[in-house]
Amino acid sequence: MSDHAAAAHPETATGLDSRKLAIWTFIGSECLFFATLISNYLVHKETWLSGPGPFPHEVWKSPAGQVFEPIIEIPLVTLGTAVLLFSSLFVVLALASAQRGNRRGLLTWLAATLLCGFFFVGMQVYEFTHFVHKGLTLKTNLFGASFFVLTGFHGTHVTIGVIWLLTLWILALRGKLPAEKSLNLEIAALYWHFVDVVWVVIFPVVYLIK
Amino acid sequence: MDAHGSQPAAAEHAHPSSGLYVKIGLVLFVLTALEVGLYEFTYGEHSGATGHALQPFFVPLLLALSAAKFALVAMFYMHLKQDSRLFSGVFVFPLIIATVVILALIALEAYHFAFARGG
Repeated sequence: MSDHAAAAHPETATGLDSRKLAIWTFIGSECLFFATLISNYLVHKETWLSGPGPFPHEVWKSPAGQVFEPIIEIPLVTLGTAVLLFSSLFVVLALASAQRGNRRGLLTWLAATLLCGFFFVGMQVYEFTHFVHKGLTLKTNLFGASFFVLTGFHGTHVTIGVIWLLTLWILALRGKLPAEKSLNLEIAALYWHFVDVVWVVIFPVVYLIK
Repeated sequence: MDAHGSQPAAAEHAHPSSGLYVKIGLVLFVLTALEVGLYEFTYGEHSGATGHALQPFFVPLLLALSAAKFALVAMFYMHLKQDSRLFSGVFVFPLIIATVVILALIALEAYHFAFARGG
């Protein structure tokens, strides 16, 4: 147990802040949630019951002679991945600023984090739209269903994280996030990092492994 | 909003310095570039004989790079290296179960696939 935790919250049985323990417990449960979605994707990515077969990486020709081009755009998703990783860096820099009472640094780094979050969500909206135009929808085949469910749930988590961080940014702008309350940002940052590490797994599994 | 607002949250356990955060960020960026580079080298349009020879190692290498990124973010950005071990336990235990679930389902599917094909 860290000295800080014991010193700051002596009233809890564990000596730790209950809110921080709660977010870690939630993150632990989220691991299981995403494990089921990733398993579902891995099991079904090369399976289809009807419609065109999976065509994420290679050209696929249907028995009727219809040709489906590969649709995954690795450069775009790589950029999104890099942006999400940088957002994790920006949010820890925002937290460090908050803990030092540096309001300007907090606002700047949190704004940078938010921009990265908006970019990632925008990239995913573009990607989904592009896939639908190319003929891959939730109903096309089991690859489509498992792909959209997995990446869609991740995108939803990113969106929730953006809303959460935006709320904190507005609070900081109004001067309502002083150093004493930096734990509020630390809890949001833990959620944001988790969303990042989930993508660290999803990116190679979905986009790089054929 | 903050029930413990009067407590010295700012004086928490020693978190890494901003410089270390930036260094970790650069390492994460390089690891991501390596992942994509490995993909291009192995399966890209210009992959040669060496790339073809690398194909059996592609997935393990990619998973190793991914695990390294995961560990760096969890240890340094999520402060598991400095924070209470209870947090690590609450995170790592479900993570182990999650990994076992994924591996078990893949094994089950592979067995089913082999059995269905008469293997």
